[in-house]
Amino acid sequence: MRIVVCVKHVPDIQSDRTLGADGRTVRDGGDGTLNELDENALEAALTLVEAHGGEVVALTVGPDDAVDAVRKGLQMGAEQAVHVVDEQIAGSDVLGTATVLAAAVRHIAAQGPVDLVVTGMAGLDGLTSVLPTALAELLDLPALLLAREVDIDGTTVTIRRDLDHASEVLRAELPALLSVTDQANEARYPNFKGIMAARKKPVTTLTLADLGVDPATVGSVGARTQVLEAAARPPREDRVLITDDGTAGVRLAAYLVEHKLV
Amino acid sequence: MTAETTAGPVLVLLDHTAEGVLRTPVRELLTLARTLAGESGVEGAWAGELPAAAIDDLGRLGVRRVHRLVTDADPHLTAVLAEAVEQARSAVGAPLVLLVSSFENKEVAARLAVTTGAGVVTDADALVVEGGQVVAGKTVFAGTWTTRCAVTAPVAVVTVKPNTVTAADAETASSPEVVEHTVAASGRARRVALVERTERAGSGRPDLGSAHVVVVGGRGTNGDFSAVEELADVLGGAVGATRVATDEGWIGHDAQIGQTGVTIAPRLYVGAGVSGAVHHRGGMQASGTIVAVNSDADAPIFEIADLGIVGDLFTVLPQAVAELRRLQG
Ligand SMILES: Cc1cc2nc3c(=O)[nH]c(=O)nc-3n(C[C@H](O)[C@H](O)[C@H](O)COP(=O)(O)OP(=O)(O)OC[C@H]3O[C@@H](n4cnc5c(N)ncnc54)[C@H](O)[C@@H]3O)c2cc1C
Repeated sequence: MRIVVCVKHVPDIQSDRTLGADGRTVRDGGDGTLNELDENALEAALTLVEAHGGEVVALTVGPDDAVDAVRKGLQMGAEQAVHVVDEQIAGSDVLGTATVLAAAVRHIAAQGPVDLVVTGMAGLDGLTSVLPTALAELLDLPALLLAREVDIDGTTVTIRRDLDHASEVLRAELPALLSVTDQANEARYPNFKGIMAARKKPVTTLTLADLGVDPATVGSVGARTQVLEAAARPPREDRVLITDDGTAGVRLAAYLVEHKLV
Repeated sequence: MTAETTAGPVLVLLDHTAEGVLRTPVRELLTLARTLAGESGVEGAWAGELPAAAIDDLGRLGVRRVHRLVTDADPHLTAVLAEAVEQARSAVGAPLVLLVSSFENKEVAARLAVTTGAGVVTDADALVVEGGQVVAGKTVFAGTWTTRCAVTAPVAVVTVKPNTVTAADAETASSPEVVEHTVAASGRARRVALVERTERAGSGRPDLGSAHVVVVGGRGTNGDFSAVEELADVLGGAVGATRVATDEGWIGHDAQIGQTGVTIAPRLYVGAGVSGAVHHRGGMQASGTIVAVNSDADAPIFEIADLGIVGDLFTVLPQAVAELRRLQG
């Protein structure tokens, strides 16, 4: 079984994140990291390969330092990595990113069939769960999203997922696209052996031209949405901090009444 | 209103319960849609049985036409629903499709965008038409930044967060015309099979994602949610939890607020025994008023609390409940 895992390099969630005037994430500062939720995607893929044989390919699209994200994937146990980097990708909206990822998956599939594409549940910085669906649609694959349990039997993949009002069991035949939540597994830490082995594993760097992607369909030129403004939210004003002197509950009630919240 | 500030016909996907009752966030969305559609009117897309009571309800909310989607595959499959919604959209010629932000609806939105070439914005918390363009407001980075994003493609698909506007009936009720669309799901859409679907029983409290008031319990409750529940009930609110509380099994996973749980933006958020970790803040920082009760004066949640109370939740919450009951008579 050959599995491609899409991973993303994101600004560290614990650090202050900023947007430039053009509405793009400011990516310098060097405290980027692998999107935490993609670790669950890698873990799911590695577990499947351990049970069914095959290999995991880590794929990322992003600027130079995004290669750190796929390196982490190699350290966890992926066999090879693909990094798509091209200035023309900058400013892509989610559909542009999906277009590049789809072309990269096809490129990987040209070297050997891909049975499964796995993503995390969402990027912690961009907060969009639209990407996996768009990617599946572009690759013409059935999408099984937000899996908290994954089971593969022969060529059939079954997932269990929780939605706002219901739980579902979904099933499809491979090849398919899967996204997993943080409930699906506990991601492994790369051990010393894994870190050493990763140094010898191949990382292929590709451009849009290598993938045959028309630059007009991606980046800010191809984007169907445009950020007009971005601003840090002003801090909350008139904040009050009190220490309970035995009347805090009464004061809480009074506060809610005063602010018309009851 | 002019063409500059209205979009033309707006199609709203009508989320409803299995019994055919409109969900609260859709009432808000229809209220918002009326301001965007102007003279063209609001069109609704409804999958499944359409009870007469729902048609009346939609009339009060000013819906001009209801497109009932009759599919030959389960419309709970988002690929099937997306094809059906597109059939209604193209019949109406709607340049704007609105959906309530939920996991399923974001799947529908993404599919619509790919198949129609639409621009998609998810989790909008404001929406206007400016110079003929759909412009959505959206908070990012765990609610610490606000952005405004224009859709430059001819068709816009936007998912809107609950609590973005207050639901209100239209000034004059309409009597919606019902149009039926028979939709044959494509082979592509049928590749995913829905083996099982279990609707979760309601808690008797408002839905977490759309409640105006949410009271959240964290590790500080030590598994005893009674004080949290009582405050929620006296405020008519929903009960939420941190991941620690759901992982401990003190409450269902569906109550988890945060980056990997439900995102909420109620008018009032009360956190009790919640430290305010960044993963949690990501799901609640856009709330209107934030109240925190925590025994540790250094808890990070106090950095974002409008009212912070350093104290024991087991004394503060019951006292507040007793006082609110007294005031309510
Ligand atoms: C990838 C990832 C995703 C995550 N997603 C989420 C998510 O979606 N949602 C989420 O919530 N977390 C999430 N987490 C976990 C998150 O990082 C925190 O661990 C969690 O939010 C902390 O929960 P807590 O505030 O209940 O517990 P703690 O951080 O342990 O805080 C408990 C607080 O209770 C206070 N306290 C104790 N006793 C009392 C008392 N009697 N009265 C008043 N106060 C008291 C303490 O002072 C303390 O501040 C995620 C973590 C990861 C790694």
